Amino acid sequence: MHRFMVIFIMGTLCIAGCDRQSVPVQRTVEDKPAFGDTFIEASIGEPSNLLPVLSSDSASADINGLIYNGLVRYDKELKIEGDLAESWEISADQRTITFHLRKGVLWHDGTPFTSADVLFTYRMFIDPATPTAYAERYRQVTRAEAPDPGTFRVSYDQPYAPALISWGVAIHPQHLLEGQDITTSRLSRAPIGTGPYRFKEWVSGEKLVLEANPDYFEKPPYIKRIVYRLIPDLSTQFLELQSGGLDFMGLTPMQYQTQTDTPAFSRNFNKFRYLSFGYTYLGYNLRNPLFEDKRVRQALSHAINKDEIVDGVLLGLGRPATGPYKPDSWVYNDRVKHYPYDPVVARKLLAEAGWTDTDSDGIVDHDGKPFTFTIVTNQGNDLRVKTGEIIQRRFREIGVDVKLRVIEWASFLQEFINPGNFDATILGWSGTPEPDQYNIWHSSKTGPRELNFIGFKNDDVDDMLEKGRRTFDLVERKKYYDRFQEILAEEQPYTFLYIPEALPVVAKRFRGINAAPAGIRYNFIHWYVPAAEQKYSR
Amino acid sequence: MLRYIFRRLLMMIPLLIGITLISFIVINLAPGEPTDLQTQMNPDVSAEYQQRLRLQYDLDKPLLVRYGKWLGRLAVLDFGRSFASDHRLVRDKVLERLPVTIMINLLAILVILVVAIPLGIVAAIRRNSFFDKSTTILVFIGFAMPSFWLALLLMDLLGVRYGLLPVSGIKSLGYEYLGPVGRFFDVARHLILPVLISAFGGLAGFSRYMRSNMLEVIGQDFILTARAKGLPEQVVIGKHALRNALLPLITILGLSVPGLIGGSVIFETIFAIPGMGKLFYDGVMMRDYPLIMGVLVMGAVLTLAGNLLADIAYAIADPRIRHSPASR
Repeated sequence: MHRFMVIFIMGTLCIAGCDRQSVPVQRTVEDKPAFGDTFIEASIGEPSNLLPVLSSDSASADINGLIYNGLVRYDKELKIEGDLAESWEISADQRTITFHLRKGVLWHDGTPFTSADVLFTYRMFIDPATPTAYAERYRQVTRAEAPDPGTFRVSYDQPYAPALISWGVAIHPQHLLEGQDITTSRLSRAPIGTGPYRFKEWVSGEKLVLEANPDYFEKPPYIKRIVYRLIPDLSTQFLELQSGGLDFMGLTPMQYQTQTDTPAFSRNFNKFRYLSFGYTYLGYNLRNPLFEDKRVRQALSHAINKDEIVDGVLLGLGRPATGPYKPDSWVYNDRVKHYPYDPVVARKLLAEAGWTDTDSDGIVDHDGKPFTFTIVTNQGNDLRVKTGEIIQRRFREIGVDVKLRVIEWASFLQEFINPGNFDATILGWSGTPEPDQYNIWHSSKTGPRELNFIGFKNDDVDDMLEKGRRTFDLVERKKYYDRFQEILAEEQPYTFLYIPEALPVVAKRFRGINAAPAGIRYNFIHWYVPAAEQKYSR
Repeated sequence: MLRYIFRRLLMMIPLLIGITLISFIVINLAPGEPTDLQTQMNPDVSAEYQQRLRLQYDLDKPLLVRYGKWLGRLAVLDFGRSFASDHRLVRDKVLERLPVTIMINLLAILVILVVAIPLGIVAAIRRNSFFDKSTTILVFIGFAMPSFWLALLLMDLLGVRYGLLPVSGIKSLGYEYLGPVGRFFDVARHLILPVLISAFGGLAGFSRYMRSNMLEVIGQDFILTARAKGLPEQVVIGKHALRNALLPLITILGLSVPGLIGGSVIFETIFAIPGMGKLFYDGVMMRDYPLIMGVLVMGAVLTLAGNLLADIAYAIADPRIRHSPASR
């Protein structure tokens, strides 16, 4: 019923509401959905591998998302809904999930999809010979079985909440991969999935073409063809967009604010903006005695003007961050402690922690040592460098002397982050709707090459993170994660800086777009171009 | 002559091994391993998996052992598989990128020669004239201008504002549906800007070189003799002077062979051309050792071959070298 409603709304009502800029659109007969046309977008990098089990880059993920399906997925409101699974049950002890699969689903080569494919996918992921980055989540499974072609069941030692969405992983075709060395499989360059688009061709370094799957189980997509052009340079992509060579692009704040306000641009494109997943932070190395005292970290947070960073770096196209979650998600806690820009309070907190300017050189000191440290960040992300420069100036105001070092990514990880050889760093995490943050904040994840590289250890946080992943009940989970956010806000192991907005533009001929918490691409199969406006006939 | 060539070829083997050894050590000196870049900062990856990847790629073995293995495979022309997650053969990855890079660079050299040689000659004959000075300024502006900036300006002007030329890529979307003539013009239209941009920067060097060669030759006794014989000026310049002034260009052409396959990261990135420069650059950023080594070896072989060819061509073109005792 829910699915039907969505289709109904998309297909009939959503014209005016789609455009976030709310230009009233004249409804005419020509505006009705029609099949056909080509959607052209660009990728800065060549996809690495079209077998999802082997790829971990975003270019591959974008394409694989259209070719494959998981058992479940996120809907437009970021709630979990069925994909290849029609429904699922969680047992009373919360340790077993039973998926009931859709019937009549076909692989792109015409072979029927069954639970054997799911079981095969699971086994492939945990096989030690498979070089996949994603085995970890499936290691928790104690038993996986396919009692009949339409049912798949997994059991866990103890309840594991991230388990459900972990079955959103792309299901691979057993009949084409079993008994083969998957690293050399033909499918990595010519994939066969169950999804709305079929693989057509891939010209290395140039383009990749997908074609609509007329037998797609949900409904055949309106747009007949998708072309991914490989254009490594963002300025070139922008020029291509303006010349009509691209129909879609994610803009930079600069392009969005200053280069797309021409009449010609708004005649041809619709601009959208919504909060992206992920945030940028200033993380303090807690193994460094300098940052031991939480009053020091709180002082530094008070010294940073987040609004100024959002305005200066993102040109206003983002929001200050207060914690690891997105403000429009269910798990977000808005009652945590905030750190408004206030140099007076910052100086007071520093003084309480023993840092005052005794020798009047403008830098606060303690036991004769001045408060000075270095912020490291990676090369290639201009926004982070600019953020660092703004922070540098604000810290100077409260008598903290900061140097900024920008280092190439590989050296950055190898020389600074991995050995814990840094004072503070500006980095970002890209998040998912799943609130489990165990790998980033749990005290057991502070080892070398692990993600809690700032060395944050807090028993209460450990407890909340463990409890949070042990129940499927959202109300209960929210309680744990609310507390988790409160502790983070109090402790300030990171100064959470900002959440950038995603700034996509789409050629105006595409209709049926409806921005939601999930972004705009979630209902791509319902996008269409009215027959009269179709640009590519072949 | 044949013995000379044979000896030169033999000498290339230790040279090549030396080059690969140094390259191998240097790229492994760069911090960071391919496995880090694939797995670090990814919440889903366990430390155990990183370790397993290292074993798979032999990264746990000492450098020289890995070099030995690599060299052994190279002996049978096996460049190995890329560390990138597509695990494709390095040979395939390189070969599919090579043609377009060679084509663009050949065209660019052609453009450079066609423009720079006459430019240099005229500038030499009319030394210190207005023409000489203005072309000097012009070619040096071209030399000094950042090519990516010029490329973007031209793309905006010709591609977006006037719509005369495609902005990027080497083929249009409907390329498959075009006839042979249509295909030719389609690719030609796409190549105009990249070839012009890459030629523009090279004009300065070549035309200056041509000019100074020409000046040197014109000042020599045999030119005086030719003029004294009463030969017309066209013959003096076009036949006696030009031939001799062109000789050093052979060396320069030989030296530009590695550039033919090296490609250029800058204009391949800007124009979205799937060439070697971009492939190599991505390989370096990913620490894709087999790919980097594969490209380097091919580059080294071509450089050495280019040098050899230039020497041979020199010998053929210049009797003084052909008949000197060293080449026997």
